[in-house]
Amino acid sequence: MPVQYEGIAMEHRQVRDRVGIFDISHMGEFEVEGAEAVRWLDARLSNRAASLSIGQGQYTLLLNDAGGVIDDLLLYRLGENHYFMVVNAARVERDHECLLEAKPEAQGVVFRDRSSEYGAVAVQGPESIALWEKIGEEVPLPQRNCLLQHGNALICRTGYTGEDGYEIFAPNEEIGSWWDRLTAAGAAPCGLGARDTLRLEKCYPLNGNDLDEVHTALEAGLAPFVKLDKGDGFVGSSALLAQRDAGIPTRLTALRVIDKAPPLRHGYPILSTSGGPTLSELTSGTLSPSLNVGIGLAYLPLAYSKPGSELLISIRGREFRAEVVKKPFL
Amino acid sequence: MNVPDHLLFATSHEWIDPTDPTNAPVGISDRAQEELTDIVYLELPEVGRVLEKGEAFAVVESVKAANDIYAPVSGEVVEVNEALAESPESVNQDPYGMGWMVKIRVSNPDELSDLLNADAYREQIS
Repeated sequence: MPVQYEGIAMEHRQVRDRVGIFDISHMGEFEVEGAEAVRWLDARLSNRAASLSIGQGQYTLLLNDAGGVIDDLLLYRLGENHYFMVVNAARVERDHECLLEAKPEAQGVVFRDRSSEYGAVAVQGPESIALWEKIGEEVPLPQRNCLLQHGNALICRTGYTGEDGYEIFAPNEEIGSWWDRLTAAGAAPCGLGARDTLRLEKCYPLNGNDLDEVHTALEAGLAPFVKLDKGDGFVGSSALLAQRDAGIPTRLTALRVIDKAPPLRHGYPILSTSGGPTLSELTSGTLSPSLNVGIGLAYLPLAYSKPGSELLISIRGREFRAEVVKKPFL
Repeated sequence: MNVPDHLLFATSHEWIDPTDPTNAPVGISDRAQEELTDIVYLELPEVGRVLEKGEAFAVVESVKAANDIYAPVSGEVVEVNEALAESPESVNQDPYGMGWMVKIRVSNPDELSDLLNADAYREQIS
């Protein structure tokens, strides 16, 4: 996926106001099958796989023993004992290795990396549902967070922009025709740049920026997707229980600049208004195209992470005031 | 691609209007603004700053990235386009007009001959 086609701001507006399409073929796809599949998944992932009905999907996390985030992913239940996982491109190998360490075969589970066989597009925006009819599809789209098996394709009513829409996973040889039909019917091609501004306005964390193996899922604010009361626990659950009881040291916090300032960017240092050493660094940052103001995320000590707190962000040696705000920005 | 005949260009895509070397407007080319897209913020130097040829004197930020802008020749900044603070998009819309960034007093007019004329710049970007 290129950074942009016609320009980030224009592509961003297309998705918020109409409909855009992203080539997300770089994402990884895994398939899990077997009578023990759900038990195996529930021991390895943070959300409750057992709660999925056939055709439903959920956001879930692959954690390390310390509760740090290896990957955030979507898990769909295709059939009684059949699951499909969509993982981040940069984490395919690491995820694969971690899941193999959980010994699928010994537990009667068949686990396959199908990433090289699938292409994918994400159609996002308020007009994405009308577009489905416009391209002549007669089967109704699945409900939010649900999936439909449609020929060789999987149509998932999910996305990472905060708008309604769907993601289509199809064999490599078929994905191009989906792209062609959807763009011909009016979906604007959108790149990585708009994908980043769209997800950041909604405070959806980006793996590798906002999620890492050092900060835990609780620090990342992902508690709703971490089921600490699952019967036998899961990898990372003991560490997270201990952290929940002791209190988290930092929290992934939303910051918004107060005065006119350059766009925020990953890595900019954050300082207290009362001086002292650097408190943290931005894990993500941009100029919000919808709000026309600099926004960013950072792990901050709890004392600095309350909405209304004022901080300084250092940009090329100059300091700009920023305020902690409630998530999401939009 | 718009490349006005009366301007000189640096290979790094800045232009200068050499008509009056004591008060020469400098900006970035149509090609440069198109590559950057969606300019949202500019950091410009103070009046009086003395620039060396090739020195980064301004930062142009798009949503995508921050980019340094380099002095096409040496000289002193005699005027800064303050209007760009409020309307940075002028650089996209009118890179050779409203989108000028600074005016400089060229200190060494010989350096102008190192720059590309419009034909040579057209060739570079073709």
